Amino acid sequence: MNLSTSQTRNEHSVVLRVESVWKSYDDGAIAVLKGADFEVYEGQTIALCGPSGCGKSTLLHLFGGLDAPDRGQVSVNGVEINRYRNLLRLLRHEVGFVFQLHNLIPDLTLEENCLIPTMAAGTDRRTSQARLHQLAESTGLTHRLSHRIQKLSGGERQRTALCRALMNRPKILLADEPTGSLDKQTSGSVFALLLEIVASEGVTLVMATHDRSLAARCDRLLEMHDGRIDEIVPA
Amino acid sequence: MIFLKLIVTNLRRHRIRSFISIAGIAFSVAAMLTVVTVLQGAIGMFSGILSSDSEIIVFERNVSDLFFSNVPAAALEEISRWPMVAHADPVLFGIVSSSDHPIITCFGVTAADARIRKAAWTAGDKLTFGQHSDGVVLGERAAEFLSAKLGDHVPIGHGVFRVIGILKTANGLEDGGVFMPLSSAQAFFHKDGNSSVITIKLRNKDDAALFKNTVNAKFSSLIGLEDAEFTRSYSQFKILKATAWAVGGCGLLLGGFGVANTMIMSVFTRIREIAILRVCGFSNTQIAAMIFGESAVITLSGAILGLLIGGCLLYALKLVPALHGYVDVTLQPAVLLIVILMSLLTGLTGALYPTTYAMRVRAVEALRFE
Repeated sequence: MNLSTSQTRNEHSVVLRVESVWKSYDDGAIAVLKGADFEVYEGQTIALCGPSGCGKSTLLHLFGGLDAPDRGQVSVNGVEINRYRNLLRLLRHEVGFVFQLHNLIPDLTLEENCLIPTMAAGTDRRTSQARLHQLAESTGLTHRLSHRIQKLSGGERQRTALCRALMNRPKILLADEPTGSLDKQTSGSVFALLLEIVASEGVTLVMATHDRSLAARCDRLLEMHDGRIDEIVPA
Repeated sequence: MIFLKLIVTNLRRHRIRSFISIAGIAFSVAAMLTVVTVLQGAIGMFSGILSSDSEIIVFERNVSDLFFSNVPAAALEEISRWPMVAHADPVLFGIVSSSDHPIITCFGVTAADARIRKAAWTAGDKLTFGQHSDGVVLGERAAEFLSAKLGDHVPIGHGVFRVIGILKTANGLEDGGVFMPLSSAQAFFHKDGNSSVITIKLRNKDDAALFKNTVNAKFSSLIGLEDAEFTRSYSQFKILKATAWAVGGCGLLLGGFGVANTMIMSVFTRIREIAILRVCGFSNTQIAAMIFGESAVITLSGAILGLLIGGCLLYALKLVPALHGYVDVTLQPAVLLIVILMSLLTGLTGALYPTTYAMRVRAVEALRFE
């Protein structure tokens, strides 16, 4: 990916902005973010790298409104998250989450798991089904729709999680170690699929990962250390 | 559909726990239904005795129990002469015992009383009632447990009486009772000239208010009430009803604790799942609806099962020979509705804390929960 070209193309459409964000746990005893700043442009793929506990997941949770910063601002599509009158709108329509552990509901089928976000958002059944079949086809899961989650392989589960995250056509996909629980071969294929789908859907991807080889395939690589974020420019 | 599946799925995951909760509600509902229905039936039977071919009952004011009521013969004579009265029948209630049966209800009545005139006599001649002071008529069940036939002499209380007839009635108290001539009963119970109540049949039902006012004006120690009024206001009935509902309510409360425990466990063991639903965009209302829905499924299933168990129990009680005529298995719609509503209310109340807890689950913390 060409970083400069991508930035130039999208420089006027910032979808995520982090301004002097501080976040700590245990009443300030564990400082995770110390004045982090950066912006993400529409359609970019961003890799967040860094050692365990450096705040990658925290940052993703802040983007999704699941947590709030101690200080500073996090904005999604120009709206400060704190000012979102209803965080539900953010979770239902602006962002989608993919976790390291797929976090699917094991007793439901693939189809039912994927339809949860559309049900939460009140999308009509026909539209939901059409969207599901579109995503299932893109991820090669059409033949597994009626299968329970326990019957799926690790890769299929993660692809299901990807489908679920994209059901409501979010503008931003937040992925927390999306291939972290998969073997190397499956990890590569799932990640390739992830990149392919976010490109075709025009979704902005922010991904936390330890895998440098996967991170290198993103438009931008942000390194987190000591509570701050540095952009790594490829050699 | 998926929402329903989310509700049912969790119940299926913990089948034993769900079953125990449903059983708790079911037995509570069955207990409540049985106790309330049996007592309602008993009250209905007693009311039935009083309202036999009459609309109004006259008795002593402020007595706690009709067995202690004394209506003087002079009052009966005067009331009988009032033009709005078609007929006035005195009834003396008493409790007697025999060697094997500590409690037998005794009715002192005249030969003109509808209980004697209109009853189906299976033995004896109704015209002979009242001709002999020691001649008594037995209800069919009383004859059965006293092993008495027509013409036999039976020891009742401190006396011995001759059976001059056996009658069949659907009312359990009457069917298990002894009918004595009024004068014999007055002598037997040392209530010379008095009766417990007078049952009144009016020529015109519209004269009920006039009749009651006249009783109040003429007899300061007596009161006249229409049958429905009496059933509503009689303190013994009120106590019985309150006791029945209290006993049933306590049972339901225990069932409610069971539901609360189940729902608390249900929420605590699926914190992560609730967090996932939150991340997928579930609102507080949707989370609450899911938990309340689960509770509603438990309580409704319990209520339906309880109604079936209660119905079977009542039917079984009806088949017990000793209780023949005492148990009215007619389920009143109002009782059914109250029982179902109370069980639902109990279930929903039991789900309040778990629901509040679930609504406060912070996804970011719960997702770390293993």
